[in-house]
Amino acid sequence: MERSPLARLPDRALKYGLTSLAALILILIVYFFERLFVEAHPAFSAAGLFGFVFGNNWNVSAEHFGALPLVVGTLITSALALLMGVPIAVAAALYLTELCPRRLLAPLTILIELLAAVPSVVYGLWGIFFLAPKLQPAEQWVADRLSFIPFIGGGVVTIPNYFVAGLILAIMILPIVSAIAREVMTTVPPDHKEAALGLGATRWEMVRMAVIPYCRPGIVGGAMLGLGRAIGETIAVTIVIGNAPQLGRHLFGQGYTLAAVIANEFGEATGLHRSALFAEALVLFVLTLLVNALARIFVVRTARGSRTPIVGPGEAPGDLQAAVAVGA
Amino acid sequence: MSALPIGTPPIPGDRLARFAVSSRRRRTDRAARGLLLAATLIALIPLGLILYYLIVKGLGAWSWSFFTTDPTGNTFFKSESIGGIKSAIIGTIEMVALASLIAVPVGVGVALWLVEYGQPRWFAHAVRFFIDVLTGVPSIVFGLFIYIALVVGTGSSYAGYKGSLALSLLMLPVVTRSAEVVLQLVPNALRESALALGAARWKVIFRVVLPTALTGMLTGVLLAVARAAGETAPLLFAAGATNKSTTDLGQFMNALPTQIYKDVTSPTESVVNRAWGAALTLVTMILILNLIARLIARRSRFA
Repeated sequence: MERSPLARLPDRALKYGLTSLAALILILIVYFFERLFVEAHPAFSAAGLFGFVFGNNWNVSAEHFGALPLVVGTLITSALALLMGVPIAVAAALYLTELCPRRLLAPLTILIELLAAVPSVVYGLWGIFFLAPKLQPAEQWVADRLSFIPFIGGGVVTIPNYFVAGLILAIMILPIVSAIAREVMTTVPPDHKEAALGLGATRWEMVRMAVIPYCRPGIVGGAMLGLGRAIGETIAVTIVIGNAPQLGRHLFGQGYTLAAVIANEFGEATGLHRSALFAEALVLFVLTLLVNALARIFVVRTARGSRTPIVGPGEAPGDLQAAVAVGA
Repeated sequence: MSALPIGTPPIPGDRLARFAVSSRRRRTDRAARGLLLAATLIALIPLGLILYYLIVKGLGAWSWSFFTTDPTGNTFFKSESIGGIKSAIIGTIEMVALASLIAVPVGVGVALWLVEYGQPRWFAHAVRFFIDVLTGVPSIVFGLFIYIALVVGTGSSYAGYKGSLALSLLMLPVVTRSAEVVLQLVPNALRESALALGAARWKVIFRVVLPTALTGMLTGVLLAVARAAGETAPLLFAAGATNKSTTDLGQFMNALPTQIYKDVTSPTESVVNRAWGAALTLVTMILILNLIARLIARRSRFA
């Protein structure tokens, strides 16, 4: 039964309409990227790409823009976030998937996911008025006791500092790292676990010998997605890091990050300064892009490696990929 | 032979004693389980503290006039009223609503294309890749994108609708990827039966595929809305900052996150209290959206 050309018209329209919508997204992203590059170009040509990223001098009034203090600030805070956030997130995921009593599973999962629902600016507000002042005496104690270790000890502890920013970031990346780790852990084939238990392993030995080795790439991938978040996080960090554009001398001193500088200075920036901020955005963009791409490779590798399909009974296929994409 | 529960201490004279777990291994097991439980509880401490402080400080700031007056910008004299957060609430609701009106049709449309057509394949791969790229972009960069395209590009100033566009860019990947997952769950048998009955492709999509996937997609949409409502960074250089209430999306527009960010740096206690009150308002709105999303997800067959 052939349809008349007129009756096929809505079909064609829908197909081409949707295709052009998809194409529009691609064009838009390429356009944004290209414009960002054009706007950033004066800053790169003034100092050179190397000079911009590794120049240790961010001086707005002297029109000198070297982003090293900011790059280092971003790296320090993100590294702290990973160091503190990932072990807790993975341990929580292990508890929830392997040990948790069934009745507690749903409430605990929801509570951990709620951490992701708190807006960045609220973390900043809580961080600067509660966390940072409460932590200061403890930080001072550590700095005094460990004064022989460079970077940690010695200096004056300020209320806003690298450590507080790292801690806030650790809390903020916890839900996503934990969610990805949980998703990955559910892909462990039950026969691996049952085999371990059948051979007489305790619960912990089963986790250590069957679950963790199987999930390692996925956990690394989840941690890297968290890293991507931590690098790009802006407002909370801006509020608790102190905004001092020098290379940080110690852990409990004030610093600055790439994203925080943009949030703080863009409003009044003109000329070369504005271009430098665009250049920073470009550096940030490329950095997060690389980290995210690597993370996806790791996570997807775990998902592919599983012999049983990721689809459990009553579960959505592709949940893992979706969780990675949505970042929930 | 009865099964030996794991961790059973050896019973003297039992033939199975040699299979029992040594006390050292048992202790390690118990310690490790304890550590994992402790880590889970540690993860929950910040949530408890944040919610506690929000409620204690935020409720103190709430009053009828807090929701019905605009912020005044007076911060130096205690006798002057600093006003409430009316303009911020209006701005957040209006900008997020417009952002959803943009991001939901586009996001669902792209997801439909990916699932229902997705040809040529290289193009579908490219679209998926770029959508994933968008997920990883820091939110402040979205604000700069809009700034480049609509503020510098047109030589005009900040406006509410530009803030909405920045938020919609942020929502787009979340909506698209979650809609894609749900659309893939619609059984092919449903599509095939409709086609076999002689329905045209577009009719199959609008009358069979979309209604089946609706509730599942709603969950993703609500989570995206909740995420957009809490964002500050994309609004800073797109929607501007103002104290005035306005419903005109062509004007500068205030928003709850912007208001909190402005107030947080103030040395005046009453202004900081306004930030707590605004934060409690914002978190309440977001939690309600999350709750609705979860309830819908529980009802829907695919979610």
